[in-house]
Amino acid sequence: MQDVNNQSLSNQDQQKKPYDMPDARGHFGQFGGIFVAETLVEALEELRVMYEKYRHDPQFLAEYAYDLKHFVGRPSPIYHAERWSNKVGGAQIYLKREDLNHTGAHKINNTIGQALLAKRMGKPRVIAETGAGQHGVATATIAARLGLECVVYMGSEDVKRQAPNVFRMKLLGATVVPVESGSKTLKDALNEAMRDWVTNISNTFYIIGTVAGPHPYPMMVRDFQAVIGIESKQQMQEMIGRQPDAVVACVGGGSNAMGIFYPYIDVPNVRLVGVEAAGHGMETGMHAAPLTANSPIGVLHGNRTYLMQDADGNITETHSISAGLDYPGVGPEHAWLKDIKRAEYVAVTDDEAMAAFHSLCRTEGIIPALESSHALAYAEKMAKTMLKDEVILVNLSGRGDKDINTVAKLANITL
Amino acid sequence: MSRIQSVFSALKANHKKALIPYITAGDPHPNHTVAILHTLVKNGADMIELGIPFSDPMADGPVIQRASERALVHKVGLSKVLQMVKEFRQTDTQTPIILMGYANPIEAMGADKFTQAAKDAGVDGVLTVDYPPEECKEFIASLRAAGMDSIFLLSPTSDVARVDLIVNQASGFLYYVSLKGVTGAANMDVAQVKARVAEIRSKTNLPIGVGFGVKDAATAKLVAEFADAIVVGSRMVVTIENSTEENLMHNISQLMQELRLAIDA
Repeated sequence: MQDVNNQSLSNQDQQKKPYDMPDARGHFGQFGGIFVAETLVEALEELRVMYEKYRHDPQFLAEYAYDLKHFVGRPSPIYHAERWSNKVGGAQIYLKREDLNHTGAHKINNTIGQALLAKRMGKPRVIAETGAGQHGVATATIAARLGLECVVYMGSEDVKRQAPNVFRMKLLGATVVPVESGSKTLKDALNEAMRDWVTNISNTFYIIGTVAGPHPYPMMVRDFQAVIGIESKQQMQEMIGRQPDAVVACVGGGSNAMGIFYPYIDVPNVRLVGVEAAGHGMETGMHAAPLTANSPIGVLHGNRTYLMQDADGNITETHSISAGLDYPGVGPEHAWLKDIKRAEYVAVTDDEAMAAFHSLCRTEGIIPALESSHALAYAEKMAKTMLKDEVILVNLSGRGDKDINTVAKLANITL
Repeated sequence: MSRIQSVFSALKANHKKALIPYITAGDPHPNHTVAILHTLVKNGADMIELGIPFSDPMADGPVIQRASERALVHKVGLSKVLQMVKEFRQTDTQTPIILMGYANPIEAMGADKFTQAAKDAGVDGVLTVDYPPEECKEFIASLRAAGMDSIFLLSPTSDVARVDLIVNQASGFLYYVSLKGVTGAANMDVAQVKARVAEIRSKTNLPIGVGFGVKDAATAKLVAEFADAIVVGSRMVVTIENSTEENLMHNISQLMQELRLAIDA
């Protein structure tokens, strides 16, 4: 295990006062900010003001909490994966069961928050970008429940890869727009959603699904997802009488990881480990792991962060078996947590994630999302180096039903 | 006086308006770019906006995005764009060149290195679409120190305080985005644009250009009645997109002549 004392020594200044990020313009150190065309500035300012107004408003928070409980089914349980822990050999692995949420992933925590804000702002139309389709489904779901018009942008490659989720969104009354530009994946869907927003700014709320984008999105999405970590702290205390030694979560844009990390930032001696997608392997360059690869810092989608790019500053194509991790950047707060060494970032390959996927299916009767399988794969590696009475908490961010076609195809099985 | 300022002064003395065509560098092929720049000047361009190709041009519509994609097939990055400007300057020392693009290619090169290279190449102004004034104070200062203008967008949604902030940071001219949307979007509401331009004019002596929705000569003519400059982007790029290698220069010349005639009328 890494020397925790050394870590805290190098961060003495950070740990003296409570963690309080970002600044007023959304900066996490040099990361984050508001890098958008002038046409979007006023809309972001309007959103920032409204969010500041409601983020501590008791009535708003009560409404949000009501939906989380009665519509989503929160709190999601924490489950001790005992059989799997024994099989792995080493630390005890606990799973935060975000896969049990309504719609099958953590994404709904955030879409409810933002949709309630859209309602308050009098916007009858919501738009979203989606990669794997989980955020699109979560947006379509809450839009249906609140009677909002919903348009979801999705790269045409992802439309093909994730057909069941496309159909789910349509069942829920959303319009799914396939995006044909660029690499036809998540980043291009985000570009297209931004273009829609700038054009329809007066009646439209853009529900971003991850802790990226211009301020206030990274902060706001983190705040709505923080329910994961807040519950975890309480549940771990109840279950084992203490906090885990490590919290592990997968990182694409980084919303599920930020949600579980955030309440733990000021808790000493809890390692925070973000797991990126190493795709075919870091050495092949075909991955989606800008933090692990030490990619250069740059500006994309409204914020400054670590970005996979070529020498000319054009964004390079990423690879991951998991569409939800297939993103060339990463939320700016993760970039900050990496730099101040409060969190560690690592990557696991497609193959390692697949092995963990099958292992959990067979040992625990849980089919995890391919995204979450990355976190599981790394937890497995860590557990082996730890003692039996040590504890790892993994954010099981989503269920794997959406991935059965991908998994079947890998095994050459036609469903 | 910068080249951009000189051009505006001369036009003003002659009661004329500036015509500023936009093209993406490297579109349709890097070999054509310098020749296109000369063709634009020969047919009435007072200044030129030269787009830096970028993989994720969020503020642009499909037309200009496709232009970027065509240029990127030939790996036209920022340093190649600067080489093109340098080549253009070998025979044209008068026409201002404004680079328009996104922050990331500039940051990838390094802001200081870019400023020096742009100055050496003969660039006159820089419009970085996703650099609001709050996020680029040092960059503006270094451009200014190198004698280049920093051009900023003003949008229909910019409120009074923002207009004040931006006019104080801008130099060269101000670029008013005529509609809510991306480049090449729907038709503009000319009366509304006129009212907004008048409002901005009450706050600054800088020339005001209008763009993002100038689709044809008729619109250009209407806008020329109250703006100091007319920027034509998507319409120019569509013309390039729809041309063959044989009729490319002819089609560009024809469009430029129509626009010139309309705004001089």
